[in-house]
Amino acid sequence: MTRWLTGCLLVLIPLATEAQIDLSGSWGGSNHEDALERGPGPYAVDMTGLPLNEAGRARALSHSASQLGLIERQCGMYPPHYIALGPFGLKIWNETDPITGETVAWKIGAWEDRAETTIWMDGRAHPSPNAPHPRGGFTTGAWQGDTLVAYTTHMRAGIIRRNGAPNSDQATMTSYFIVNGDLMTMLVVIEDPVYLTEPFMISKNFVRRVQPLRPIGPPCVPGYEGQSGDRIPHYLPGANPWIDELTGLYGIPRQAILGGAETMYPDFRRGIRGEFVRPEQCVRNC
Amino acid sequence: MNCRVMPALVLAWLLVSPAAGEAQRGGRQGGPPLVARAAAPIDLTGTWVSVVTEDWRYRMVTPARSDYRGIPLNAAAEAVADAWDPEADTAAGLACRSYGAGMIMRVPGRLRVAWVDDDTLRVETDAGMQMRLFEFGAPPAELAEPSWQGYSEAAWRFAGGRGTPRVGSLDVITTNLRLGYLRKNGVPYSEGATVTEHFSIVQVAGADVLVVATMVDDPMFLTEPYIVSTQFRREADDAGWDPTPCSATW
Repeated sequence: MTRWLTGCLLVLIPLATEAQIDLSGSWGGSNHEDALERGPGPYAVDMTGLPLNEAGRARALSHSASQLGLIERQCGMYPPHYIALGPFGLKIWNETDPITGETVAWKIGAWEDRAETTIWMDGRAHPSPNAPHPRGGFTTGAWQGDTLVAYTTHMRAGIIRRNGAPNSDQATMTSYFIVNGDLMTMLVVIEDPVYLTEPFMISKNFVRRVQPLRPIGPPCVPGYEGQSGDRIPHYLPGANPWIDELTGLYGIPRQAILGGAETMYPDFRRGIRGEFVRPEQCVRNC
Repeated sequence: MNCRVMPALVLAWLLVSPAAGEAQRGGRQGGPPLVARAAAPIDLTGTWVSVVTEDWRYRMVTPARSDYRGIPLNAAAEAVADAWDPEADTAAGLACRSYGAGMIMRVPGRLRVAWVDDDTLRVETDAGMQMRLFEFGAPPAELAEPSWQGYSEAAWRFAGGRGTPRVGSLDVITTNLRLGYLRKNGVPYSEGATVTEHFSIVQVAGADVLVVATMVDDPMFLTEPYIVSTQFRREADDAGWDPTPCSATW
């Protein structure tokens, strides 16, 4: 009788205590917002809506896309937050403890250049600040109601927009997986004491699909792409030739293009209203 | 007796358990169901400001005609968008077309949320000076004339099980709309569109952040549901509230 009762209670405990959602499965990426940024990529100088400080802005303006040809920099475009910046879907599964059945970790499959993400759920601590920074960072998670909240440290220096707007290796990422039926909204928050003045938030939506996604990899593998490595392509201060491209195409004033936390808030519109000139007809990337 | 009978026992146990009942139904043991205000698993009331980090050049400034990248339009919708004339909209009294329920959460500005009564949540916007009413009660037998904000049926979605704090989110389905715009530059949704929204609150660096996932389904103009998500940060007071009328050009 005791054994029977114990067995039944073990079955029932998850019913009684868990406030969780089964994230496992294939989630197709919806790219209706930021379609240009997530698809072919943003304009070379577009920092609108990024809470960059002066150092972050200077770093972004010095960036040349040709840096992607350098072996040691090729993979910098694929930090953990590329999960929200990029166009791809997610394949998610859980690893369970063979004795208790509890979820030890959630895994998000790699996709092309992004490494696999492991979200440890077993309460382990993050490594020492001096520990190596792997490409995928180190992530732990916990449930808040039906929302999985994941916290990533130990990231490598990378980008928060695919035009070179930077994050440092001291940045952290908090991800919220919010599931409503077959729709999952993922909110990613980047905090960076080196390049940002405020947390940078970006969200992306995923739709559960029956057809399985196949995680593919391996993640970014550097290779020779014609850059010798004895020179780093860059623009000197004041010499970025693309700085007024958005102004020419869309009438957006330069103060908006250069970003800063103020560009994230509606009050910023008042300051640029007199300078903005709406083009009559869209001519590129429409 | 074996484990096969246990699910029935568990269900009975969950239904009579105060904590479980509250988490699942918002009701009280032995009493009538809680009204929506008392059952609320999250507190949406207060003032929220948009945080615009996505679709910046479509939201913070007015895009050019025919700039509808990212929106799953069909050919009929493209024809409407290509013929966009903001001056004509203004002259016809249709300047609020880009402030309808299909787009209003994307318009940069502030939201002021408050309860009107136990079963009605009001969402005001300073941009465009719009008002939405989220109705938790039974829908009326007959709806009013279609409007920019339509009729919004609301329901709490409760999360969690026994022993967890009461948490959840808000689901809202809006119909009975006038033709409106998904983007300021005349990208249309039709009167037959359905707007489904999910409102959630998360903590970001110690502050409340409201995340609104919006799905617009419109067989007339869209080839698939249009899905976006929008963030707002809670403000301490109303100091930034800045009512401005609808504008078709800015």
